Amino acid sequence: MKRLYRVELAIKLADRVYEYWIRAPQVAQHARAGQFLILRLHERGERIPLTISAVRGDAVRVIFMAVGKTTQELATLRAGDSIMDVAGPLGRPSEIARYGTCCVVGGGVGIAGTPLIAEELKRAGNHVIGIIGARSADLLVLEDEMRGICDELYVTTDDGSRGAHGFAADVLKRLLGERVIDCVWIIGPAIMMKITSGVTAPYGVKTYVSLNPIMVDGTGMCGSCRVTVGGETKFACVDGPEFDAHQVDFVELMQRQRIYTGQEKISLERYAEHQCRCGEGGGSHG
Amino acid sequence: MADRPASVRINDFEEVDTGLTPDEAIAEAERCLQCKKPLCVKGCPVCIDIPAFVHAVAEGDFRGAARTLKEQNMLPAICGRVCPQETQCEGACVLGIKETPVRIGALERFVADWERQEGAELPEVARPTGKRVAVVGSGPAGLTAAAGVARAGHAVTIFESLHEAGGVLTYGIPSFRLPEDVVRAEIDQVLALGVRLKKNHLAGRSVSIDELLGYDAVFLATGAGLPVFMGIPGENRNGVYSANEFLTRVNLMHADAFPGFDTPVLHGARVAVIGGGNVAMDSARVARRMGAKVFLVYRRREEDMPARKVEVSHAREEGIEFVTCTNPIRILGEECVIGLECVEMSLCDLDESGRPSPEPIPGSEFIIDVDMVIQAIGTGPNPLLVSLIPGLERGRRGNVVVDDNGRTSIPHVYAGGDIATGAATVIEAMGSAKRAAAAMNAMLKGE
Ligand SMILES: Cc1cc2nc3c(=O)[nH]c(=O)nc-3n(C[C@H](O)[C@H](O)[C@H](O)COP(=O)(O)OP(=O)(O)OC[C@H]3O[C@@H](n4cnc5c(N)ncnc54)[C@H](O)[C@@H]3O)c2cc1C
Ligand SMILES: Cc1cc2nc3c(=O)[nH]c(=O)nc-3n(C[C@H](O)[C@H](O)[C@H](O)COP(=O)(O)OP(=O)(O)OC[C@H]3O[C@@H](n4cnc5c(N)ncnc54)[C@H](O)[C@@H]3O)c2cc1C
Ligand code: SF4
Ligand code: SF4
Ligand code: FES
Repeated sequence: MKRLYRVELAIKLADRVYEYWIRAPQVAQHARAGQFLILRLHERGERIPLTISAVRGDAVRVIFMAVGKTTQELATLRAGDSIMDVAGPLGRPSEIARYGTCCVVGGGVGIAGTPLIAEELKRAGNHVIGIIGARSADLLVLEDEMRGICDELYVTTDDGSRGAHGFAADVLKRLLGERVIDCVWIIGPAIMMKITSGVTAPYGVKTYVSLNPIMVDGTGMCGSCRVTVGGETKFACVDGPEFDAHQVDFVELMQRQRIYTGQEKISLERYAEHQCRCGEGGGSHG
Repeated sequence: MADRPASVRINDFEEVDTGLTPDEAIAEAERCLQCKKPLCVKGCPVCIDIPAFVHAVAEGDFRGAARTLKEQNMLPAICGRVCPQETQCEGACVLGIKETPVRIGALERFVADWERQEGAELPEVARPTGKRVAVVGSGPAGLTAAAGVARAGHAVTIFESLHEAGGVLTYGIPSFRLPEDVVRAEIDQVLALGVRLKKNHLAGRSVSIDELLGYDAVFLATGAGLPVFMGIPGENRNGVYSANEFLTRVNLMHADAFPGFDTPVLHGARVAVIGGGNVAMDSARVARRMGAKVFLVYRRREEDMPARKVEVSHAREEGIEFVTCTNPIRILGEECVIGLECVEMSLCDLDESGRPSPEPIPGSEFIIDVDMVIQAIGTGPNPLLVSLIPGLERGRRGNVVVDDNGRTSIPHVYAGGDIATGAATVIEAMGSAKRAAAAMNAMLKGE
């Protein structure tokens, strides 16, 4: 079996959270902040989208949470293993400009998408404030990296095990009350993006969210990723993934994310059973 | 040649039509009059020398027949299966005036299938010229242009955004009409001419516009893959698919074999398919094979359906229920689909397409009880790449404007297939690509 895209580095960052560097020159050479890739592990695999989190030479970094069959199987790969298909970069790059003071907010594994945006905003001459939040200290990723990029960094955890006790939204709300913020990015689970962007709405601050609907091709051909923004249907893979937060129908997004809940469970159970029978690390397949 | 019985074939994705035996092929070929001025050839957009290949079949010289086919068409097993022959070559055959035309498509398929089994011969390729050509998209247009340009000795690279080549042939047309191994074998023959295929490369994103325009010639064949939705309420409910999504999940990702394959798809028990074209027939018949009771909802009459007649009758045989003169107005349900509200249509004066134009009948609203809806009402040109190329002239519907030879508003950039014409047919896409390949070859030679 021909496998083309090599895993160069595979690191476990936290419980169920992984950092992978994958060699994919056509993606690395053209990737910009805000874009994603789609990978397929093997002939029987699903195409799943992951945010491009960093680039080094011909390799790209993804940070993912092992939530279902495909992400769990991906997490069994080691450096030197290969992935059958990696396509990208996909989606429109972030709207980087000189806004003034910008806030980049990451929640949970959504923090993965923040460094490239923060970096490009910084390079464009903005004062960049980072806010990263997770459920607990052991799930908080990229803190040092973000501290290195941002002019200011705020850290929160839901349980108070690191940084401020509470949510990223709380910090954002406080900052908005204290000074002028010109533009905000929010990346994280749909519910976190909904709540956090609610905080910026009364201030009329331009706010981008990076939407994560279920995708297939990622090139605008199927409409699986359709989302309602400002009352209009948009395809997140080509019109986004970043949209004006205050126009997004989050309820519909969350509803559409649940389409395959039943099947996802079957797939995962079957995989878990297979893993038990074959022993740990028996990730090869197809 | 025979169709497998509907009761059997709805349980699998194997081919409906089993093809001709050698004896049947020879007997059919012997019917050809070997016209001096063969009308059939005029009906073939890639100009296959039909009398010559049919003559070879009649003589039992299948190898010779295959050579003649390959001179003009690198995808004969595909065309023999999916060309609308009744409006192309067979529609023009002189025998059709008094009796039935020669079954050119079936013969073409027979010869190509024979060759695939016996081992394919490759056409000649000229010496390398040192010129580089980029082809974007690996559907029938891209493959045909790539073959035409590669045979002239130019170095061709195809960029394809998906993980498989073939375009609609691979992700759209189901295997019971066009088996996957047939498509793959013919693509491999094009690649064997020395064509490089770069999968997972979305031109405009994975390949920059500057890089692309840096080739000596560029052929855009990105197709008409943008799904159109009706714009009725409830369209984003779970269980509403575009035909493209439904067919891609099943054909490209094999979601019908979930969980053996990882991609899921919903299995509706009662499915409404909206539309009356080939895409609607394919969606309906795929859903049927996945066990659904299928309603095909079309706003005009059955005789007005743009789908090929044979597809319509196959669908009917397979138990698809036709709900004609009916237009959907709303998809019902909260999170999931629980019904499709429709209105009956009366057919009034003829419209510009020459078909009666449908008008809703007030008060005739009714509900079809379904749990899944597939919209197959058309597709538009893929906007992504063509909207990123500065100075590329596009028409009102977003298609790339070209002349008869596929030339665009940018000197060394050509286009063909559905991106230029809007959704059309495999053979028209190939015909336009062939003319563009000839024009590119001439340009690269400095003519
Ligand atoms: C643009 C974009 C960027 C993303 N970036 C990241 C990232 O950087 N890190 C990360 O951990 N996750 C990211 N995701 C989510 C990630 O794609 C899903 O977690 C992954 O597909 C789950 O697959 P699975 O088989 O492991 O889980 P499943 O059991 O199949 O699904 C678990 C969850 O993932 C969602 N999901 C399933 N299949 C898809 C699919 N094909 N496309 C999108 N969502 C799907 C489902 O709604 C479900 O909520 C991103 C999604 C999008 C659309
Ligand atoms: C379900 C269905 C059934 C059909 N049945 C028939 C039939 O029976 N007979 C018939 O004659 N016709 C049929 N058609 C129509 C026929 O398939 C099309 O007219 C034909 O495929 C058009 O060929 P094309 O090469 O122009 O485009 P496509 O086949 O659409 O191929 C375009 C390719 O370009 C790729 N691409 C797009 N953008 C980019 C980019 N930026 N970078 C890289 N790659 C890109 C796409 O992934 C795709 O692979 C059917 C169509 C459908 C959808
Ligand atoms: S390629 Fe199509 S149109 Fe041409 S002869 Fe063959 S079946 Fe007929
Ligand atoms: S028109 Fe019909 S009979 Fe005449 S050469 Fe063509 S296929 Fe034969
Ligand atoms: S994922 Fe298919 S159109 Fe966006």
